Formats: sequence, C-alpha cells, structure tokens
Amino acid sequence: MSLIGRARPLPPEAVSPAACAHCGARLAPGQARFCCAGCEGAHALVAGLGLAAFYRRRETEAGALRPEASAAALDLAPFAAAGADGVQRLELVVSGLSCGACVWLVEQALAAEPDVLSARASLSARRLTVTWRGPAARANDFAGLLARLGFRVAPFSPACLRASEDAEGRALTRALGIAAFGAMNVMLVSVAVWVGGDMGEATRHGLHWLAALIGMPVVLVAGMPFYRSAWAALRAGRPSMDLAVSLGVLATALMSLSETIHNGPYTWFDGATMLLALLLAGRVLDRAARRRARQSVAELLALQEGLVARLQPDGRTEAVPAERVAAGDRVLVAAGERLRLDGVAEQEVLLDAAATTGESLPRPYAPGQPLPAGAVNMGAAFTMTVTAAARDGSLAAMARLLERAEQAKGRFVAIADRAARFYVPVVHAVAALTFLLWWGVLEAAWQVALVNAVCVLLITCPCALALAVPAVQVVAVGGLFRRGVLVTSATALERLASADHAVLDKTGTLTEGRPVLIPEGQDGGVLCRAAGLARASRHPLAQALLRACPEAPIAEGVHEVPGRGLEAGAARLGSPAFCGLEAGAEGMTLAFREGEAAPVLFRFADHLREDAPAAVAALKDLGLGVELLSGDGEGAVAAVAWQAGIPDWRAGADPLAKQRRIEALKAEGRRPLMVGDGINDAAALAAAHVSASPAGATDLAQTASDLVLQREGLAALPSAIRIARRAQGIARQNIGFSLVYNVLAVPVAVAGLVTPLVAAVVMASSSLVVVLNALRAAKE
Amino acid sequence: MDSLLLLIPISLFLGFLGLMGFLWALRTRQYEDLDGAAARILFDDQPGKETPQ
Repeated sequence: MSLIGRARPLPPEAVSPAACAHCGARLAPGQARFCCAGCEGAHALVAGLGLAAFYRRRETEAGALRPEASAAALDLAPFAAAGADGVQRLELVVSGLSCGACVWLVEQALAAEPDVLSARASLSARRLTVTWRGPAARANDFAGLLARLGFRVAPFSPACLRASEDAEGRALTRALGIAAFGAMNVMLVSVAVWVGGDMGEATRHGLHWLAALIGMPVVLVAGMPFYRSAWAALRAGRPSMDLAVSLGVLATALMSLSETIHNGPYTWFDGATMLLALLLAGRVLDRAARRRARQSVAELLALQEGLVARLQPDGRTEAVPAERVAAGDRVLVAAGERLRLDGVAEQEVLLDAAATTGESLPRPYAPGQPLPAGAVNMGAAFTMTVTAAARDGSLAAMARLLERAEQAKGRFVAIADRAARFYVPVVHAVAALTFLLWWGVLEAAWQVALVNAVCVLLITCPCALALAVPAVQVVAVGGLFRRGVLVTSATALERLASADHAVLDKTGTLTEGRPVLIPEGQDGGVLCRAAGLARASRHPLAQALLRACPEAPIAEGVHEVPGRGLEAGAARLGSPAFCGLEAGAEGMTLAFREGEAAPVLFRFADHLREDAPAAVAALKDLGLGVELLSGDGEGAVAAVAWQAGIPDWRAGADPLAKQRRIEALKAEGRRPLMVGDGINDAAALAAAHVSASPAGATDLAQTASDLVLQREGLAALPSAIRIARRAQGIARQNIGFSLVYNVLAVPVAVAGLVTPLVAAVVMASSSLVVVLNALRAAKE
Repeated sequence: MDSLLLLIPISLFLGFLGLMGFLWALRTRQYEDLDGAAARILFDDQPGKETPQ
C-alpha cells in the first residue's frame, strides 16, 4: 500500500469556545486572544487608528481576515494613474471585503493617511478606488496597510473591469425604469376607461390619445433589448422567446394605435407596457445574480494574475506582465512563486507540478530540463531562461485545447428555448387562424378580425413563460451563492441537474493538495523545535511541519543547505540522508536530529479532504456514478480511491487522456460532471457536460468551469446538485403552468372576448403565480 | 371633466420627474453598489474623506 494509504484522518482539533479577536477563527488551546501574530498586529493597528468599532459590526466568515505572514509583494506603483494636478488614482480589487464594516474599516484606515484624498470601496464589486497626492510608490504602502489588516489586494485588471462594468445591465435597468413608468401611467388612464362606461366619446378619445402618447415611445424605447435579440435570432433562423415577445408587443402597440385613430372602444397600451415591465424585471434580476458570480470569479483571477520579474542586462529586475516577455528573456522566480512561462534553469530546482501534471509530490528538475509553466517553485529563488513567449507556451497550448473542447461541446439548448421552439410557431399559427376565422368565415370587418388576432398574440405573449425560468434561476443561483457556490454560466444549473456521472480529479480536489503530517506519536517538544527550524523554509514539507505546530518560535541562526535541509547549530532538519539515516525511506519524509540524539522521522501524506468520503457517498445517493481520474501514479490514486470509497479509478492520465475519457463517457450517452482544479484538468472540464472546480483551483480551471466552489471541501457539490434538480423541477412546473394558462386563455381570445381588463388581470396573475412558485427554488 | 385638463398633466409631470430622477441615479452609478449603500447608512461616524465620484 502506498504512503497515502496510511494517512488517517487527523483527530479534530480541540474545540475551544474562544475566537480570535481579529479574524474570529477558533483559537487553539493555549492561545489567549489571537490566533497568530498577524492578527495581533492587525488588531493593534485597528485600535491605533481608533477604528475598534469595526469588531462590533463585522459579519465576516471566521478566519477570513487573517493577515498572511508572507503576502506576495507586487509593485503597485505602475498601476496608479496620474491625473492632472499630480493626483494619483488607483483601482484595486480587495479580497475579504465581505461586509459593510469591512468597507468602513478600509475606507477609514486609508482616509487616516495624511496624503489620501479619497478612498471609496464598493461592496458588490469588491473594488477600491484610492486617490492621493504624492508619489505613485505610495500605492505599495496602502496595499501593505490593507494586507496588515487582513485584506489582500490586486490591481483591477481589464478582465475585472469588464466584469464589473456592466453596460448591458445598466441598459436593461434603464429600460425597466422606463417600462415601469409607462405601465403605471398608462394604467392610470386605462382604469378610467374601464370603469368609465358613461364617459363621453370625446373624453374617451382624448384618454386613448394620452395612452398612445405615453405608450408608443415607451414600447419603442423599453422594448429595444427584446427587438435586438429577436432580430439576431431571426437572422440566425431560430425562433426565440424574444421574437414572440417582440411581435406580440409591437403588434399590440400598432393595433392600439390604429384603434386610437379610429376611436375604437379599447386600446391595449397598458397590456403591452406591463408585459415589457414584467419581462424586463425578470431579465434584470437574472443578470444581477450572474453578474455577482462573474465578479467573484474575476476577483479570484485578479488575485492570481501576476507579473514576472524580468532581469535587465544591468542586473536590475523590472516587473512586467507575462505576455510581454519574449523567448530568451531571463526572469527571476521567487520562492513559492508560480511559473508563468516555460523555461529552463541553470541549476537544479524543486517544483510542485501538481497543477500541470497532477503529481502530488514536488520533484527536482535537473539543470536544462524544461520547466512547465503553472508549476510552483518550492525551493530557493532561481533565474530561468524563458523558452517560449506566453502565447506559444504550454499554458497557451492548454488554453487552445480548452477552446477546442468547448467548441466540440456544441450548443446546449436551454429548456426555455426548447419550449420556445415549439411554442412560437404554434402561437403565430393560432393568431393567423383567428384572423382567417373572423374575416373569412364569420365575415367580420377586417379591422375586427385583426383586433382579435392581435389579442391572441397579446394573451399568449409568453409573459409567464419568459419569467418561468429566469425567476427560478435567480432564486436558485442566489441560494447557491449563499452556500459558497458560484454559477458562472446561464445553463449550468440545467446541465448540473441532468448530470448522471461524476468524474473527480485527485490532487487538490479529493485531497487537499498539500502534505499533512501523519501523527505517529512524536514527542510534542521535538515536533515544536523541528517546526521552529522549519519556519525558515518554504519547502512544502517544512510548511506542513509548521502547520502541525503553528505556535513554534522561530529558531535562531538557521541556514539552508541547498537541496538537503536546514541547519541551526547542532540541529538538522531535512532529507533522511542529511540527518544520517539510511536513504530508502519513501518520498514524503523529513528527518530531524538534535546533536547526537537519534534522528526522528516525520512522515507526510497528501491528506484526503475531511468531507470527501461523505461527498462521494452523497453523490452516489443522488444516483451519480463516481470515478477518479488522475495524472498521478497508480499507488497514490488507488489509495485515495479506496479511502474516498470510489471503486472506479484511472491513474496516469495526461490532459488529453482526461479529455478523451470525458468524450468516451459522452459517447456512451452519459452526462459527465467533471470536478477538477488543475491546469491539466481544464480541457476535460470544458469538454464535460457540466464542470466544477474547488476552492483554490488554478485560473484556467476556474475559467473552464460552470461552477466554482468558494469554500474548502466538496460538501457544497451534492447540495448544489440537489438545488439544481429542485430548481429544474420548479422550472418545469412553471412552464407547465404557463402552458395550461394559455390553453385556457386562447379560446377566450379567439372568441374575441378579451378586453384590456381581462388581458391585464390574466397577465399579472399568471406572472405572480410563476414568481411565487420560483421562490421555493433556493431550498434543498 | 374640466379638472382632468389640469390633473392629468400634473400627475404625468410628477411621474416624469420620478423617471428623470431614476435615470439620473442610474447615470451617476448609484445602482452599482447596492450592498455597500445598504451598509453605509449605518456608519454613524463622520466619514473622513469620501469621493463624490
């Protein structure tokens, strides 16, 4: 059995009721007020600024505001835009900005700086705008201040700006405002006509003109989003719901205009404007829910997006975006940094390639061996010669693979569109038949026949049908958002509900993707002294040792023996050979020796996520087949599969093999749900019927995924499937209801009995029922 | 019925004012950060400095 197989779940940490005074995380036994030195510093800083009121108001998740000991230092000065009169302006995305109190703290802390002119944070967009008078380099001080408070910042990239600058959303909201204004004011006139049976003909004519005066511009302006989309659908040769809406609204408006001119008994401007207002309300809500998800993803990407340090001939480094580096340039890779480009190094380097290959262990790369972009430097800083520019490198190749997979996926036809395809032609045929019936058979005047035909269009205008699915989407996506699941694609819920097979990646998805110490009865004091030494290294095993004893004080006089370990006086921590043990011990081990005492071995394993077996069992309960698909070696994969309770596993799969496996499943008629976090999973994620990536996934995997889990663990996945299925059921009920309502209402319209009052009551009541039904969708 | 000649224009004018107010609020980006605006009203301290965008 492999090493991973021996990992036992760690005993749960002793629960202490006390919480850290800054970040609110649970305190380990022995800690008085703070969970770490960073929080203590942050608390002192907040108190020093006179902003202690923050702690009474914040509503953040426990642990969310823990300042990171080693925040990556990114030079923000180039991102500050200098205005006229020497005012600098900087746009930042702020992670951890999750409640009103955080906004207050960030704004006030920055405003306390003497040279800051203004600081304004947006809670929805997690966006901070700072302006100040002075040098651009002050940007780094502000970022440092926020980092000490526990907020991570990144420059607002063009992608982020696109996500939060929502011009289309604003246009929809504007249209909604205009339509609502029109609907209410036309209704004011219409009610007078409905109840004023004894009204003089001239007055009624005047009121009709008034309704037309308000109604016509409103229909023309507020309906633009529908007309545009309908025109696009028409040119593509596909009847869409928007086409039915546009035809219904325009025909109703024109018919009402002609009735106004001829002084007919009724006009239908109220119905047309109300229809637009209701439909636009659905659209605006739908868009708001998905905008939030898009923004959160863009925020995650911005925090990962980095610059590379290019070495100049004179030995200085400059920070440039990865796209601007050409093959042959030399870049500096800091300890713990992710490689943005392919390259070769002159010395041996230790890289964690879990994201690119799925291997769970970091491994050394010999001098001259190609280093894959996406791997993380686990050793000391090194200089790398870039072998391919970003657009020709392995990351770009992976992105192309992803693109092809997405194209091959074909167009998924959403349920609303499927309904529209059958609904729209039927409705228009019924309207045409109505006209023929009245004009040809009953020999009515053609105006009467036309009025009745348009009434059919109005009454069947898919108001409830068009609200049926978006209303459910808004509620379900909102419910998932509260559970930490971001839905990034419009049809993701529908596809998730129909998934019948789950394919899980191993490293980083089922496992935590980082080594954890296996408790084997080591002496606590020894462990802590070893952890004190480990503080000096960024090696993943050293970091894992430190996590096992986080309160260890830093050891004095530690120096690193490259490639072997750490030394401080007579104490040594490193590879077993370095401490005088026979080589041959398996991969993830550290040895610790103090003077002449017998060396102590620490063994590590990539730890299965605590909730992984439960999540797998829940997926099986939901009727999904579960399989494990990993790029790692057989032993490790088999062990994790056994622990998680997955009978079916495949090891050693490269990105293409993963994508092929997904395609093979689809060819069998399965609808696979792919869950993965690595760059090597991206193509498979894109090819799958529906895909999800866990917290901490690489940017490429997140872009390829339909769902992004924000919280650690997989527990949210089964509940997301339950919500999606329930939402799907409710959407079907809604569509069924709108169809039933139409079947009942159409004969009334064909018979010519629809007055504007009937149309308004029927339209509003059916929409209300559909919306109320949709409110149930957020429950599991 | 003569009163209609006065009352309807007045009511339409008031509604139109409301619509203009809404469009102005939209144009000045007051709908960009609804969550933040909901929380901001509870900050009782004098804000040090703030941008009017």
